[in-house]
Amino acid sequence: MSNTDFVLAIEDLSVSFDGFKAIDTLTLYLDRGELRVIIGPNGAGKTTLLDLICGKTRATGGSIKFKNEEMLGQAEHKIVRAGIGRKFQTPSIYENLPVFKNLEVSFPRGRGVFGALAFKCTDDVSSRVQEVATEIGLADKLDMEAGLLSHGEKQWLEIGMLLMQDPELLMLDEPIAGMSARERDLTAELLKRICQNRSVIVIEHDMEFVKRIAHKVTVMHQGKILAEGSMEQVQKDERVIDVYLGH
Amino acid sequence: MTPTTWFKRHGLASWLVLACLLLVVFPLLFDNFRLNLVGKYLSYGFVAIGLVMLWGYGGVLSLGQGVFFGLGGYCMAMFLKLEASDPITTKIQSTPGIPDFMDWNQLTALPAWWVPFEYLPFALLAVVLVPAILAFVIGYAMFKRRVGGVYFAIITQAVTLILTVLIIGQQGYTGGVNGITDLKTLNGWDIRTDSAKVILYFVNAGLLLAAILVCGWIQRSKLGTLLLAMRDKEDRVRFSGYDVSMFKVFVFCLSAMLAGIGGALFTLQVGFMSPSLVGIVPSIEMVIFAAVGGRMSLIGAVYGALLVNAGKTYFSESFPELWLYLMAALFIGVVLAFPNGLAGLYETYVKPRIGKRKSTVAAAPVDAPAQHPAPTTLDALPPGLTVKNAERGQGELA
Repeated sequence: MSNTDFVLAIEDLSVSFDGFKAIDTLTLYLDRGELRVIIGPNGAGKTTLLDLICGKTRATGGSIKFKNEEMLGQAEHKIVRAGIGRKFQTPSIYENLPVFKNLEVSFPRGRGVFGALAFKCTDDVSSRVQEVATEIGLADKLDMEAGLLSHGEKQWLEIGMLLMQDPELLMLDEPIAGMSARERDLTAELLKRICQNRSVIVIEHDMEFVKRIAHKVTVMHQGKILAEGSMEQVQKDERVIDVYLGH
Repeated sequence: MTPTTWFKRHGLASWLVLACLLLVVFPLLFDNFRLNLVGKYLSYGFVAIGLVMLWGYGGVLSLGQGVFFGLGGYCMAMFLKLEASDPITTKIQSTPGIPDFMDWNQLTALPAWWVPFEYLPFALLAVVLVPAILAFVIGYAMFKRRVGGVYFAIITQAVTLILTVLIIGQQGYTGGVNGITDLKTLNGWDIRTDSAKVILYFVNAGLLLAAILVCGWIQRSKLGTLLLAMRDKEDRVRFSGYDVSMFKVFVFCLSAMLAGIGGALFTLQVGFMSPSLVGIVPSIEMVIFAAVGGRMSLIGAVYGALLVNAGKTYFSESFPELWLYLMAALFIGVVLAFPNGLAGLYETYVKPRIGKRKSTVAAAPVDAPAQHPAPTTLDALPPGLTVKNAERGQGELA
């Protein structure tokens, strides 16, 4: 495949687990600055797709190009360093460490063994922590142990940990799961702000929320893409109504 | 930061208490024989603090630290043995100038890999580097393949068994089951005299205290934070751009180097090294030292090594058959009842009382450290960790 302007170009991607094709010759392109939402019934392969992009699962075939560079087969930490950040479905934070440390550890410097030994929390690090903490609304909770945060705050903290690395592609797996209505509003605002200078992929089930944030929606079904387009287009699509929205 | 907060944050108070105990109280309290025994126990202290780093912080349980302890000890013993085997003292052998056990096994020349051990700087480097290199090879092979937990523990046990079999089987090269004995001098300095034993005790205690400071510094660095983070959410660390396996390799090598230093000091103070000190049972005993002392506390681990060894000496003299059962019961009891060991008990029961007394004396506390304890002190950890450890500790051993 020739070079493209897409930030992420996935072509003919397949993965099978013991003969079961979780992702089946999937092709997907993502623009720079785009916020894409992936929806679909359970077992459609949404989370598996994110696992494949970030290197957690090895693909059986196809290609994933990030800024025209092949990502398949690269080690996880190298994919992260290339600029792909991934948030997990359940909040994945360091519960025993204070919020400040959670963010500080995510700062992209001193990533080698000896770099980490020599790492010092200089002014640029702490000001970046402050900046991100303000963005995610946790600036007044920096000293709090992360395990004591509310569920919604934990989700934001994990997003903040990714923002520390300033990734060009951010992938969020169900970021508003378990959030209150007000927290959803704040998250929607947050997502709109952070996608201004990066591309974002969001997996979500909540249709109201999807409508508010999505630039474009991809519907997945049985490891394949069923439909793609604006929210209105997708909602009108017969097949989508049939497998997903209809019930 | 004022000097007092710096002092508190680095947990120096408990370090000073230990230093005082090791450098002043024990030498005043004990005769030479007992002080030498304490010195022997303290050489296990290196293994114990290595396990605090590896097991407590890194979350990797190794049941094969005896390997590294043994390698360090053997490297030291090889140098001492060569010095003790000069041609004049060994002139009755059929090949004078080689260690006696080689002569008994019909070797007629010093094996090539023994030759560099005639030089003290090489031997001292080997004490640290041989364990580190072996740990690197094992660690790299295992951690890159994401082998961890129980599987890793079993593999380290297998390595221990292999090394023991190798040492016993290659009698001509290693001294076999008897080990390397009759060690006499270090660069002409007789290590068997009382004064030499006292000096070696202080060298051991000093090095151990220094090692605690170095490990404390590592714990407070970003690497220490990352180790804790990895134990909690390994995937999050990996997907934050860190090569998790290399951090585990590093901490495994660190623990191996510490064990090697401990082994060398053991050899110097006890005067021999044998396979019975590096096998499976000693390796598990080493884990018990760290568990009893507290696997999150460097200082606690040293007390653990001292107490368990003192108990072993006492009970194995009085009730030799009971000792192994007692040791096993102790281990199970610690893991079930107080997973953070003596240091955990101190943190939960003793320290709050001291803090309370202080704050009532202070009447109007300027800052209230009792409510928000600094989470990064040497041996204090946030209360949330206690529960986590309890679950983890049992899980790992199951």
